[in-house]
Amino acid sequence: MSEALVAVEAAGADTAAPAASGARQFWRRLRAQRAALVAAAVVALLVLIALAAPLLTGLEGQDPTTYHPALIDSARGGVPTGSFGGIGADHWLGVEPQTGRDMFARLVYGARVSLGVALAATVVQVVLGVAMGVASGLGSRWADLVLSRITDIFVSMPLMVMALALLAIVPDGFPRPVLVALIISLVSGWSTTAKMVRAQTLTLKNLDYVAASRLSGWSTWRTAVRELLPGLAAPVITYAALLIPTNISAEAALSFLGVGVKPPTPSWGQMLTSADVWYQAAPQYLLLPAAALFVTVFALTVLGDGVRVALDPRAASRLRIGTGRKREARAETAGAFGAKKEDRA
Amino acid sequence: MSLVEVTGLTVEFGSLRAVDGLSFSLAEGAALALVGESGSGKSTVAGALLGLHRGTGARVSGSVRVAGTDVQAAPDEELRRLRGAKAAMVFQDPLSSLDPYYAIGDQIAEVHRVHTRVSRRTARARAVEVLERVGIPDAVRRSRSRPHEFSGGMRQRALIAMALACEPDLLIADEPTTALDVTVQAQILDLLHTLREETGMGLLLVTHDVGVAAESVDDILVMRHGTAVEHGPVGRVLAAPAQPYTRELLDAVPRVDARRTGSRATDEAVLEATGLRREFGRGSRTFAAVDDVSVTVRRGETLGVVGESGSGKTTLGRMLVGLLEPTAGAIRYEGRPHTGVNPAVQMVFQDPVSSLNPRRSVGESIADPLRARGTERDEQRIRGRVTELLERVGLEGAHYDRYPHEFSGGQRQRIGIARALAAEPRVIVCDEPVSALDVTTQAQVVELLGELQRELGLALVFIAHDLAVVRQVSDRVAVMRRGRIVEYGPADEVYDSPREPYTRQLLAAVPALDPELAARRRAARREPAVA
Amino acid sequence: MNALTGFVLRRVIGAVVTLFALSVIIYVVFYVTPGNVAQITCGPRCSPVQVHQVAQQLHLDDPLYVRYWHFLQGLFVGQDFSTGTSVEHCSAPCLGQSYQTDQQVTGIILTRLPVSFSLVLGAMVIWLLLGVGTGVLSAWRRGRFSERALTALTLAGVATPVFVIGLVLMIVVCGELQLLPFPEYVNFTDDPEQWAWNLLLPWLSLALIESANFARLTRASMLETLADDHIRTFRAYGVGERAIIARHALRGATASVIALNAVTFGSAVGGAVLTETLFGLPGVGQELVHAVKVVDLPVVVGMVLVVGFFVVLANAVADVLYAVADRRVVLA
Repeated sequence: MSEALVAVEAAGADTAAPAASGARQFWRRLRAQRAALVAAAVVALLVLIALAAPLLTGLEGQDPTTYHPALIDSARGGVPTGSFGGIGADHWLGVEPQTGRDMFARLVYGARVSLGVALAATVVQVVLGVAMGVASGLGSRWADLVLSRITDIFVSMPLMVMALALLAIVPDGFPRPVLVALIISLVSGWSTTAKMVRAQTLTLKNLDYVAASRLSGWSTWRTAVRELLPGLAAPVITYAALLIPTNISAEAALSFLGVGVKPPTPSWGQMLTSADVWYQAAPQYLLLPAAALFVTVFALTVLGDGVRVALDPRAASRLRIGTGRKREARAETAGAFGAKKEDRA
Repeated sequence: MSLVEVTGLTVEFGSLRAVDGLSFSLAEGAALALVGESGSGKSTVAGALLGLHRGTGARVSGSVRVAGTDVQAAPDEELRRLRGAKAAMVFQDPLSSLDPYYAIGDQIAEVHRVHTRVSRRTARARAVEVLERVGIPDAVRRSRSRPHEFSGGMRQRALIAMALACEPDLLIADEPTTALDVTVQAQILDLLHTLREETGMGLLLVTHDVGVAAESVDDILVMRHGTAVEHGPVGRVLAAPAQPYTRELLDAVPRVDARRTGSRATDEAVLEATGLRREFGRGSRTFAAVDDVSVTVRRGETLGVVGESGSGKTTLGRMLVGLLEPTAGAIRYEGRPHTGVNPAVQMVFQDPVSSLNPRRSVGESIADPLRARGTERDEQRIRGRVTELLERVGLEGAHYDRYPHEFSGGQRQRIGIARALAAEPRVIVCDEPVSALDVTTQAQVVELLGELQRELGLALVFIAHDLAVVRQVSDRVAVMRRGRIVEYGPADEVYDSPREPYTRQLLAAVPALDPELAARRRAARREPAVA
Repeated sequence: MNALTGFVLRRVIGAVVTLFALSVIIYVVFYVTPGNVAQITCGPRCSPVQVHQVAQQLHLDDPLYVRYWHFLQGLFVGQDFSTGTSVEHCSAPCLGQSYQTDQQVTGIILTRLPVSFSLVLGAMVIWLLLGVGTGVLSAWRRGRFSERALTALTLAGVATPVFVIGLVLMIVVCGELQLLPFPEYVNFTDDPEQWAWNLLLPWLSLALIESANFARLTRASMLETLADDHIRTFRAYGVGERAIIARHALRGATASVIALNAVTFGSAVGGAVLTETLFGLPGVGQELVHAVKVVDLPVVVGMVLVVGFFVVLANAVADVLYAVADRRVVLA
């Protein structure tokens, strides 16, 4: 109650200045959240590992694709011969059952695939989503109707199923990670981004300062670029930050099912496919990719939440004390249900 | 023993001291108004009376006694027994103050059952009873409706009914009519008055509107920065204020009977609209927000457009500047037909927050019309012109590089005016330019607009819901209702001898600053209801 | 409630349009692939003659719209198939015929659906109880340590892939502790008790993940409602915290929770691919993965359409339920 009262009184007194979202303020608010900071550090480390993969494996003296049949006991079905799945000075994290490929190398190269695919997919989703959303938000009634219908159709696409099916019919020879990224981004993510951007555009379009820009004599186009697009940056970045972990999960799921990234390219999801068979002989074959996936997605999710709070402190504080504007928020949640992550099932 | 006894009340939110050592008392059955501008701490005091700051992190000191309960010291359980049963609160926005998911009758019954050990059925019957009492027709049926199925005035009645459910000794009304149209406001104030007469409960009214206070209470307490400026009988304080701030506040309040002075209106038409119509929605849900409206704006004059919510006045304003295409009708500028936006016809917006892009410096916003025209490319000269404009509207040239959030509402409205002036307009349409501002700021902005008009020979269209402000600034007035102009003529004629019953009704509903006049008007309003 | 009827009608028409468009897109995408459809359908080891036969069977020489028209006919009135030697009738709704097994796609899906429904229905009960319960608890204990712990736990749930949880559960419960046998699907009609025991782990893994979403949504909606002005009203009238949480805040979250549940249910019926694959449940998802791996196009197309049907239906049902729970939506 008290905060609400202060807010009411302060709104007129103009003591509560709605902050202009500058980059500096964003960093300040992000730094204020300890969990987000830790998550950011973890993500930075992961990116570093992915970038330095050749360097790291070079240090170890291994690569992700060479078979080591000598380290595999084919009599026992391909269990690594060394103790703890063949961990040793040569193979820091042991070797893969059946093939004897180096686990450490596959894990760090797996980070490349995981992050690379997710990032590429996110870029496609955001570009497509913003283009469609802005077009239908600013376009004529008919353009809006058609584009919104198309978007709605894609929102109700069963992502996992579509991705699976599409991956089946594309001929081999196409670089698999690129294909996975493309398919993930085409069947999911962009449509919900477009819906969000459209709603945001419609809100911004009706703000008085946009009207003022038109009264100044600027063209509609110039007004859109100057006044609308900057206003879209914050929600789009927030949304993108939450899309990345979703895309990582999607890639892992597809690879786990054997239709995503295919051997010899390493992928965490793919490693888990047969992990349940080997967990007794080589527990790290299950634990390492599972942990890598969990840590990556968890860190990115926490970071995404942090970014959201830092970019829209009012929305975040609305969750704690806040005032009003529930209808719109509800409508957004209702609309975003299509974004439900089917890949998680 | 008095009903409310507040001694040395101080409320702090972090480093902000909202209330600072305030003391007052309220006798049983008496009525007191806390009046002040935004940030004066008046609503915080209202919350403190019910102990609503408890557990929110606010630091409250001093003593508050309400109906025998020491609010500061009372355990939670005792505080809950005070809330609603002995002292009930009515809030500003009746729509958001009721649970959207439950029927109104159920919500009143729920509150009633918290304080009485009665059956569900009895509580429900009580709910219908109080709804009838506050004048809700067909209360049995209407008690089953949810808040969004009620009109604004009906919702405020329902909220008052909730307050009555447990027959409290004290009613705290926090800006109870601020969200309402003036005619509805008069009805709610009359209702509060009648209820007080019938039940003898005390009333603590929190309001920014001196007129509303004059209509409703015996005593008035003027607040500023969390302290009491002046406290006394309402008639005395309003007629002969002892403190300079009270005088300043009262001087700033626009009077509905004050004529416009210093006008330089001409007969030369600048902007003419004929037969304007604007529809919204499609198919069977089409409705005309503006229907067959014709107005003429002349050089140097101010045309006031006044109406209640939904009267179409904002739609009309947006069509005049070319932001909205009329469905039918035409606009002529200097005798020639004109469609779309026109640099010579500018607008000043209502909301000082949303009318400036938060991500651009105010100088850049003001420079927009200069750059858009494309005739001036020299950065130095553009900057110079913007500096001139900033100084002209009472700001500093050095403010060029600042961002909107660094300014107060009044200053932002000045920036909006500077931006409009940058286009060198002949006409400025002002859509509720002062309704979001405090009354003293309001007076300054109105003054600025008048100055600019005289200096530049501007024609102004002044759109507002506040009849008194419109009177103060207008040469001619158009009264709008449901998309149509019901009365249109020289301001003095419309205000002093209105021809239309609707105009008369509007004028009669404007709160009077004189308590005696207010009482006479109330009696007059009651008579037709009896007849 | 006239406005509501209108809303439902509009939503149903929208769903039908979406379904139609979805079927066109899916049909076009799968039969206008970069490769030779007949070759893909027949498999890599087919001779040119066999490929030609397949092309004829599929009417690949006809224009696309004619083929789509045949497909629609099959869907609504049934269709006859020649399998080289005999003619087989496929009654409506006919989704075509598998080229690997010669089985009718509709039949395949009908045998798989009960499994998927068994999985999702059971999981739904758990995710609702667990998710909404956690959400309510963390909204009630807001600002305290227990809320932060719950929030972290929920976030961890959101971040865990279902196959990781499933794998760990299966290895720990069935492998190490041997509390349960490794799941093997038993029909409900055969032995309800075994049905439940064998589905326990799949239910848990699917529900644990989904409940995290429900917990987040419940908590967020409740906190939002708690910040609303009307909560202030009831506090100012002496209504206790427990009543405010249970009666007002929770009511504010119901519309969203009901809608999320409809969508989750719909997408999980065909989309619980991972859970089904992991636990070897012969549901729709598992069959789809199989069909994809052997490139059985009619089965894939049929499955995608059926799953799409459930998702579109779920979205429409979600919107309608939301509107019923919160009538103000209809007026907007």
